[in-house]
Amino acid sequence: MASALVGGSVVGTIWRPIRQTWRRLTSMRTALILLFLLAVAAVPGSLLPQRPLNPDKTTSYIKTHGALGHFLNRIGAFDVFGSVWFAAIYLLLFISLVGCLIPRIRLHFKAVARKPLPAPRHLNKLPESGSFVTAVTPAEYATVARRTLGRRWRVVTRTEESGAVTLSAEKGYSRETGNLLFHVALLVALVLILIGHLYAYQGTRIILQGADQGFCNTVSQYDNWQPGRFAAEGKISPAPFCVDEMSKFIATYTSEGEASQFQANIVYRRTVDSAPEKGVITVNHPLRLEGDRVYLIGHGFAPEVTITMPDGSVRHDVEAFVPEDATTFLSDGAFKQAGPAGANKDVGVSGFFAPTPQTTGNVVTSIAPQANHPILGINVYEGDLNYQGLPQSVYSLDTSKMKELGQANLAVGETRSFKNGVSVRFDGWVPWASLQVSHDPSQGYLLFAALAMVLGLLGSLGVRRRRLWLRLTPSSDTTGPSPTVVAVGGLARSDSGNFSSEFSALIERLEAAGQPAGIVPVKE
Amino acid sequence: MAGINGSMAHLSDSIFTTSIAVYALAMVAYTAEYAFGRRGRIADTAVLAAPARELVGAGGTVLTKDTPSDIPSVVEIDPTTGKRSFADRAGWLAVALTVFGALLHTGSIAVRAIAVDAVPWSNMYEFASVAGLVGVVAFLGVLWKAPSIRHLGSFILLPVVLMMFLAGTVLYSKAQPLVPALQSYWLAIHVTLVSIAEGALMTSAVLTALYLVKVRHDRLSGKPGYVPGRVGTLASRLPAADVLDKTAYRIVAFAFPLYTVAIICGSIWAEAAWGRYWGWDPKETWAFIVWVIYACYLHARATAGFKGKGAAWVNLAGFGAITFNFLVVNIVVSGLHSYAGLS
Repeated sequence: MASALVGGSVVGTIWRPIRQTWRRLTSMRTALILLFLLAVAAVPGSLLPQRPLNPDKTTSYIKTHGALGHFLNRIGAFDVFGSVWFAAIYLLLFISLVGCLIPRIRLHFKAVARKPLPAPRHLNKLPESGSFVTAVTPAEYATVARRTLGRRWRVVTRTEESGAVTLSAEKGYSRETGNLLFHVALLVALVLILIGHLYAYQGTRIILQGADQGFCNTVSQYDNWQPGRFAAEGKISPAPFCVDEMSKFIATYTSEGEASQFQANIVYRRTVDSAPEKGVITVNHPLRLEGDRVYLIGHGFAPEVTITMPDGSVRHDVEAFVPEDATTFLSDGAFKQAGPAGANKDVGVSGFFAPTPQTTGNVVTSIAPQANHPILGINVYEGDLNYQGLPQSVYSLDTSKMKELGQANLAVGETRSFKNGVSVRFDGWVPWASLQVSHDPSQGYLLFAALAMVLGLLGSLGVRRRRLWLRLTPSSDTTGPSPTVVAVGGLARSDSGNFSSEFSALIERLEAAGQPAGIVPVKE
Repeated sequence: MAGINGSMAHLSDSIFTTSIAVYALAMVAYTAEYAFGRRGRIADTAVLAAPARELVGAGGTVLTKDTPSDIPSVVEIDPTTGKRSFADRAGWLAVALTVFGALLHTGSIAVRAIAVDAVPWSNMYEFASVAGLVGVVAFLGVLWKAPSIRHLGSFILLPVVLMMFLAGTVLYSKAQPLVPALQSYWLAIHVTLVSIAEGALMTSAVLTALYLVKVRHDRLSGKPGYVPGRVGTLASRLPAADVLDKTAYRIVAFAFPLYTVAIICGSIWAEAAWGRYWGWDPKETWAFIVWVIYACYLHARATAGFKGKGAAWVNLAGFGAITFNFLVVNIVVSGLHSYAGLS
């Protein structure tokens, strides 16, 4: 269009650079560079701590690395896969791919619709060529050759002015089809991933073994809630399900103390109104509900205590403790019991739980993850639990407005009394499990896109594109045993590596097919 | 979960050590052939006459059933005595030792499987052993189709023996039952595919490195006053650059779809085990990097200006990323895939 306009016209000066940029962007070279950049850009994402995966580690990394840490933070190096520059690379790649695919799809349609090209004048100038004579007439041999080539070749027979019959054969169209399928499926996969991210959500919830600990799939009942941009609050789909109870949590260990199985037996309802069902969740086997999956992602111990308050009232409490050590399950946590408001008579207990305790001197540690005569170590405080009135972690105690009443290491059933009438009894423990609810509306479709990609790759890398021409000319000796001369030429349009031997095998077959039994082939 | 059969595990370790020794002997024999034989130059011309026999076919099947009769004879006859030459006998001994070593190697993995009562590739030691075996089998497969590359055996066995030595010493871990996260049939599928793909890519990388050596040699040897040094002498016995390049490509064309399927299987497993199909765990990130680099390689081979040497370096970068993913990500970086078995 621009070329039709007079040089220097306004449209020309605007249009030409745009077109040039577009050409450059959609060129193979640019795609290659972008692809390489994508690989390089992913590297820091694996070597630096990433905020979405490990926020605590990221924060401490920034602290210990001072200016460098802050600089890296500013350029998004701690969230590489959500950063602007990573997005820029894959968006450019996406555009480049679209721009490259559209003309290729059009060309491929044309190529598929088009008949194989007429035979070149000199077949012996092609990369592979050969000739032989056959005992049948050109017309007869044309039929024989078509049959010999079989269905994998697309064959067109033409008659030239000189009277020679030519066969143009082509195969391997599915190479480009596969190539295009792969790239289109890749684009579809990227779109599906995006949709998935926007509508996905993930919630986690700790559930103690036993009755009255259940939850339903609503935002407010999760301990942790990570929604996609459009999975806004209240838009949990489909109708919410409920996990009513974890009736039993089972952890099995080998004799060497290695975990061998974790299992949560639960009672759940598919919707609020449906009947309760029993379900089992193990590490590799989530509970799959319509649209949601429920995973078992962690477990621990929740000690139970009875606390006598300064006013003499008796409180029962059971709290999940967080494992601090993955191999011994030495866990930390806290109990908080509020007294009358403003009376400074709250009782707080911070402590540790040692499942298989080992005592050296005054220090208690844990040596194994199974509960075997566990010990609850406690520090008991009295005062104001939450003087600031702000949300607090349930696993730790703010003791700045409290005074310590004493410490104790308790076995199950033991009670320790402290000053001001406060006493703590270690009643026992229950296991808890951390359940994660995940929702991703696109992942099923994504699997299909991925399979289409593989199918495309197989075609694109496995199928070879070949062109073959045969020219059948009546020989001068029309009455002899060899009335037809067959000249063959071949061209490899991809993977030419093996073409020579492929071609010689083919020409052997073609020659053999033209020989009636008993006639010795005569080579030219 | 059944316990560990200690005596079987011990037996597996002994067979493993023996197979390393046998491979090492095979390497000596290959080197003897390489050093004393004229194979290299003969192979050069033979291969030029009938270029690049197909190694690996569509969809990952090893193909060409018809053993072509035009393979140049591998038996090298000494014209003066009429007997097979020393180099030729050394070569055949080397192949025999490689096959024997591979059988022992397979045996050690099978016995380990019995000992742990699961597929034996759940930690670095086991994975390195399996990937090494795949490398050796890939080489034997290539050899079956193209006997003219026999004298290159030590180039393939060298990284395998090094890796197995590393596996048996630094990366070694005792036979253990599987942790809950690994108790899935996806372990067999995902890790088998990864090890086959990576073993094949290792073979491709070796051929690519040899290709670069050969190209450099070809360029230099054309110049006047060229005196071949040690590398030059080595390079003159390599197959033609073109053959090395195309063979390396065919292997990637086989391994890349396989690696893609391996990643997809890994995603399916991750969805069942960790609650998401992809989470940029360091191992996943590096799998992505490796995949993208090999995609670059495939594109580079079709792009003017990157063909040949450029693409070859991309291939080596891809294998570098695989090595990094195996060694550094497993040992140094912590993530969900931390099953190295090292502590």
